[in-house]
Amino acid sequence: MLDIKNLHAKVGDKEILRGIDLHVGAGEVHAIMGPNGSGKSTLAHVLSGRENYQVTGGTVTYQGKDLLSMAPEIRAREGIFLAFQYPIEIPGVSTTYFLKAALNAVRKHRGLDELDAMEFLSLIKDKMSLVEMSQTLLNRPLNEGFSGGEKKRNEILQMAVLDPTLAVLDETDSGLDIDALRVIAGGVNALRNPNRAMIVITHYQRLLDYIVPDFIHVLYNGRIVKSGTKELALELENKGYDWIKSEVAALQ
Amino acid sequence: MLASESKEPYLAAFKRLRVGGTPSGPAWLEQLRQAGIANFDALGFPTLKHEDWKYTNIEPIAAQSYAQANGESKAIVGAEVFARGMIEADAPRLTFVNGVFNAALSNTADLPRGLRLGPLAEFINQGDAAVSAQLGKLASAEQQPFVALNTAFLGDGAVVSLAPGCRFERPIYLLFVSASTAQPVISQPRILLLLGAGSEAKIVESYLGISGKGYFCNAVTELIGAEDSIIEHFRLQQDSDAGYHVGTLDASLARGCHLTAHGVTLSGALVRNNVRVLLNGEGAECVLNGLYLADGKQHVDNYTLIEHVSPRASSLELYKGLLGGAAHGVFNGKIVVHKDAQKSDARQTNKNLLLSDSAVIDSKPQLEIHADDVKCSHGSTIGQLDADAIFYLRSRGLDVAAARSLLSFAFASDVAGRLGIENLRRRLDEYLVGRFGAW
Repeated sequence: MLDIKNLHAKVGDKEILRGIDLHVGAGEVHAIMGPNGSGKSTLAHVLSGRENYQVTGGTVTYQGKDLLSMAPEIRAREGIFLAFQYPIEIPGVSTTYFLKAALNAVRKHRGLDELDAMEFLSLIKDKMSLVEMSQTLLNRPLNEGFSGGEKKRNEILQMAVLDPTLAVLDETDSGLDIDALRVIAGGVNALRNPNRAMIVITHYQRLLDYIVPDFIHVLYNGRIVKSGTKELALELENKGYDWIKSEVAALQ
Repeated sequence: MLASESKEPYLAAFKRLRVGGTPSGPAWLEQLRQAGIANFDALGFPTLKHEDWKYTNIEPIAAQSYAQANGESKAIVGAEVFARGMIEADAPRLTFVNGVFNAALSNTADLPRGLRLGPLAEFINQGDAAVSAQLGKLASAEQQPFVALNTAFLGDGAVVSLAPGCRFERPIYLLFVSASTAQPVISQPRILLLLGAGSEAKIVESYLGISGKGYFCNAVTELIGAEDSIIEHFRLQQDSDAGYHVGTLDASLARGCHLTAHGVTLSGALVRNNVRVLLNGEGAECVLNGLYLADGKQHVDNYTLIEHVSPRASSLELYKGLLGGAAHGVFNGKIVVHKDAQKSDARQTNKNLLLSDSAVIDSKPQLEIHADDVKCSHGSTIGQLDADAIFYLRSRGLDVAAARSLLSFAFASDVAGRLGIENLRRRLDEYLVGRFGAW
């Protein structure tokens, strides 16, 4: 589904990604961990097409197509979803209103009929229970005045509605208490299926107790320096990132 | 043309109206008009040198010659102007075409005792004591040239008068249509809103231009809120691409009076809105909400002056502007806290969004504080659409144009959401969807 080969990217003059190789197959959940500043969020933004990140080398193939040549909205319509670490507040537009516009843009691209207000409301009602979101929250301006937990739940709700093929969750656990984390992880797990792949980016092992990945990769200094299965997360939890850093230093 | 020359046609017209005797009407009215023309003669049209007019060149208005409005126009279709003017069907309303009262398009049926609604000329002819006592007392013709001009040619307009304790829940609509005539026409409606003690009303002034030809509408509203009255006032202004508009709202609020005044400008070639609020009694409150949209070469100037005269009064002002094309927007908002106005609470915010590189905004918030125990704040922002927000929407599948439309809509719709009149909230939102909505 997703093939990243020797990906290099920089922000301004600073090279952040320095040769990433990653293969994600349908239905797989990959966790990407790593210390602060290792390039985790940059990878998420490059995949979603953020303009201020400049790709300087390598390729990203998504479902056989060249992902890097697509505009952000085309990526979204083609089934890529980024759950933001810091969701944006947009006063004046309710979540319902915004999400209906987004869903219809996506459906149109996929050759499906646009949903009218009634059809959309019944669809969204279904998905709301997944992340225990209330109708009042949906009628309020998008993310404005939402708590950290509400914002993250709203991201997962959007993911459920837009029905992506590849979801990238950027530090979805940051700023959440344990109850909110449990609700959100429950929502994410309910959305796992054999056709949908996920990349879960996190600093902490805690999230992976709830969203159990098939593979774990450690990102350090812009490269994946270690890959393994879920046991790797426990090792990182016990030993921290320092042993990875020394291993890398020894190799160089 | 010099400012001193451009006033000549008006002075001449004033004299011409008096060839063969004083126009009919009571003596006090003629005195008012005479004072008006004398003030206008002394003031002349304002120039850029005048502090309150430094961003707006009114030369296009002054240079044009106009015919006096006579109400003649192409047939006005009620349903059409009501829809565009955002007037509710069956609502109490007065309609004026080119400044002349149109009874067929008005509705004053089934009003409760205590609420009087009718054309100003009728009140004057009937020798109404409240009208003769109040008209021209508040709107100062001595300092405001366009108020002076309006007063000099005072003819017709609207009166809404609520007796003490009268609470009327439905909105009352005053519709002013500027329509095509053979040559540019001037209309100068005068509106008097009298709210008795403890009364409550929602009053909508809707100004609509349906003419491709030039015209000038110079409207003056005096609003007098007695003790503990509650008023929601909405001024909607949709002038045509060749229409010039100067609109003045002068309000005086007594003790405990609460005024919410919304000013929405959606179109017009050259528009100047003056809002002056006197907080003239303890605990008076005013909320001013403004929205101005301009495109092409349109010019919209908003001047607001809030005077905290009495202690413990509050004012909360939010004006938002959205400017595209080569439009020029102005926000010139002044708050004066007088020396006896202790415990005043005044907050003012102006936010502007520029949608193009050629659009211009001049924002000038001013605080003048003569009391020492007050809470005052003001802030002004000018910006483009937020790049992070655009990316967020794109990452959900909306293209750039749709994202920009949605964010522009959101910026403007925020003001619509503050309206306490459900019909207008919905109609304004529909308008904004139509104007920005391509998502």
